[in-house]
Amino acid sequence: MSDDHHHHPRTQSPIEQRVHALEELLVDKGIVTHEMIDEFVARYEDDIGPLNGARVVARAWTDPDYRDRLLADGTAAIAELGYGGPEGDHMIVVENTDEVHNLVVCTLCSCYPWPVLGLPPDWYKSAPYRSRAVREPRALLAEMGCDLPDEVEVRVWDSSAEARYLVLPQRPAGTDALGEDELAALVTRDAMIGVAR
Amino acid sequence: MIGDIATTGPTAPPRRNGELVFDAPWEGRAFGLTVALLEREGLGWDAFRPHLVRAIEADPDHTYYEQLAVALDAFVAERGLL
Repeated sequence: MSDDHHHHPRTQSPIEQRVHALEELLVDKGIVTHEMIDEFVARYEDDIGPLNGARVVARAWTDPDYRDRLLADGTAAIAELGYGGPEGDHMIVVENTDEVHNLVVCTLCSCYPWPVLGLPPDWYKSAPYRSRAVREPRALLAEMGCDLPDEVEVRVWDSSAEARYLVLPQRPAGTDALGEDELAALVTRDAMIGVAR
Repeated sequence: MIGDIATTGPTAPPRRNGELVFDAPWEGRAFGLTVALLEREGLGWDAFRPHLVRAIEADPDHTYYEQLAVALDAFVAERGLL
């Protein structure tokens, strides 16, 4: 995250000025730092949720029975690990293989399984992502740094309130010796949306 | 720490399809500042909620983050942070 938000060249509303002034005062007094606030915003946006999803993926990688339950009934298997809630209902987990790569989008708005993935990244909500994921997923994925061999089939899943998708990425090669916690650390949010391998 | 943030009721940050919604960067800063101060003080969201309730009752027509900003001022004053 950039630190642009500490500087406001454009006109601010009174409330915006007030919050900005409070932050500056508290930073000047050494109560908090800009970096702490950055970190909390980022943590809430990027880490807390995805970590839950990563634990689900790591469990599926290490426990074949759990993997089967996860693919059969995502909501129930995810609830086994204690994750769920209103926006975690109707979870459908789709598995990447050597032949198939799955990509999740919400063409209508920005449906997203926040109990397992936290807050969606800005690009997930953007109009170009929402339209191009359907129209030209391979080109979109390549631009996002995910190059797929031609022989890999891309399946695009449109999330809604009735069905929220989570991608089960392939376990990386050479990770046989790793335990569940170490594996969870390897799982990224992007891989669980399907914009990374 | 911030796992106890309200998810329902008037003191819950607004969500759309389950996501926290910040309509402007300052709203994210206000939220992050609140969480950072609670963490520093070793407190949970419960310590902040009464201020938020008062701010919501005082100006029910204001947006959630306008109310949160008012509550944040009150919280900072109560804790003697400035």
